[in-house]
Amino acid sequence: MEYANFSAEEILETINMVRFERLDIRTVTVGISLLDCTGDTAAQVCDRVYDKITRIAGNLRRVSEEIASEFGIPIVNNRIAVTPVALIAGRFARDEIVQVAQALDRAADSIGIDFIGGLSAHVEKGIGESDTRLLTALPEALAETRRVCASVNVASTRAGINMDAIATMGQTIKRIAERTAAESSIGCAKLVTFCNAVEDNPFMAGAYHGIGEPECVVNVGISGPGVVLRALADAGDVDFGTLASIIRRAAFKIARAGELIGRTAAQRLAIPFGIIDLSLAPTPAAGDSVARVLEAMGLARVGTHGSTAALALLNDAVKKGGAMASSHVGGLSGAFIPLSEDEGMIAAAERGEITLDKLEAMTAVCSVGLDMIPVPGDTPAETLAAIIADEAAIGVINKKTTAVRLIPAANKTVGDWVDFGGLLGRAPIIPVNRNSSQRFIRRGGRIPAPLQALTN
Amino acid sequence: MNQQPSQSAARPAPPPGNRAIVTIIGPDRVGIIAGIANVLAEANANIIDISQSVLREFFAMIMVVDLERATIPFDALRERLQTKGRELAVQVSIQREDIFKVMHRI
Repeated sequence: MEYANFSAEEILETINMVRFERLDIRTVTVGISLLDCTGDTAAQVCDRVYDKITRIAGNLRRVSEEIASEFGIPIVNNRIAVTPVALIAGRFARDEIVQVAQALDRAADSIGIDFIGGLSAHVEKGIGESDTRLLTALPEALAETRRVCASVNVASTRAGINMDAIATMGQTIKRIAERTAAESSIGCAKLVTFCNAVEDNPFMAGAYHGIGEPECVVNVGISGPGVVLRALADAGDVDFGTLASIIRRAAFKIARAGELIGRTAAQRLAIPFGIIDLSLAPTPAAGDSVARVLEAMGLARVGTHGSTAALALLNDAVKKGGAMASSHVGGLSGAFIPLSEDEGMIAAAERGEITLDKLEAMTAVCSVGLDMIPVPGDTPAETLAAIIADEAAIGVINKKTTAVRLIPAANKTVGDWVDFGGLLGRAPIIPVNRNSSQRFIRRGGRIPAPLQALTN
Repeated sequence: MNQQPSQSAARPAPPPGNRAIVTIIGPDRVGIIAGIANVLAEANANIIDISQSVLREFFAMIMVVDLERATIPFDALRERLQTKGRELAVQVSIQREDIFKVMHRI
């Protein structure tokens, strides 16, 4: 193959990755600023928002399909991230904010994408009036829309932890669970509570278009746990240095494919290319699991002792390989460990072998947090808030993004299952600690920002 | 299916940019390369290199194809190749060359 510049083996390696190891581009996400869509009435804002999104991203799906076909790499999702809605519609009443959410939903539907993110507010230092109205609108907005995703940033390393906001989120999550009780409380799967949220994350449900971003931008989220899994399985019992090197090589190739697809999409959509997000994103499909990668390193089951160390190695090696592959790396960039979206995690949870406590420890060394975890429907709001506070503390102190996406499944308890279908997956409900955190959460106020010096 | 790399190897390579890789995977049998080459010829796509290898238990035939003077769009060519592939009971894919370049070369 002297004209090809690469060998037959390399060509077949790529084909193999797609055909047998589920290499795909998880998402091409177009970020769109809605700052120029404000207006005097909610109806005006709804029209402007709908028009702008459908104008800028009307071709997104067609372009993605074209590129996937030409390069032979599937693009699983096309998504939109918009300016946090609290910034453009926070002055309206609760039911009007719901109307704006519905306009986003219609726009997403009309261009044929599955999720649109940005029903968001930033309250890490304090909750403004616009933010309060948005938070109050969340239960109805998430119950009345299918494709809209919400996120609330409640803490940051510079601002500390807004415990008032966290207490409010505990109650809000409960309300959303109740409003969407008929569908396994699916509304909660569309809401992320963040610490140190990033402005260019292409992954749902936490994507939004930050105010530091350009008018519009194309961000790409890659996938590929299956590719890493196969590389590790083929390698056998090598030492950790070799293991890291194998993961780096696989991550490099995946990231390069992602960047080519992102740049091509950007060019064809005539929208600037932003970043590639180097996250390993699992799916409920067999062979596409981050948990199984950890097990391939030599752990009998994800969640056992050694899981945190294995995940730390994986996360770091993926970043090193990916950072070499692209000049513009951003977003969350780390391995995801959702429960209901990862086949190996689901299997471990089914046997009661992965706990909330171990998952929390693992989030200290990876992206992005306690994700897609169904807990009993009668979990008190204060306990949900305390779980969020723990996760925010990990993010604040370690200067990283953490997030919580808990599903207190209404009318269900430990051992019952929730099933969301599709990429959101299914999982058994796992137990929470039943001792109360109520007095702690009800104190109110903020946990101060940590020192940035004296770091030992 | 025991062809050596094609004679075209003696000609200068066409400029890169509009090349694609056609991969044929399936059980080995008579007429596969002829069938696929015929589809490419009808579309005026020039085969500039062929090799064969093994992917898991299957034979894999790889062609480097120049699409500079192709008379039909990429999508249409892909569909024709896949239709022919179904007739021949093999899986045929066509991908722009760039994807291999970026994944395997720095």
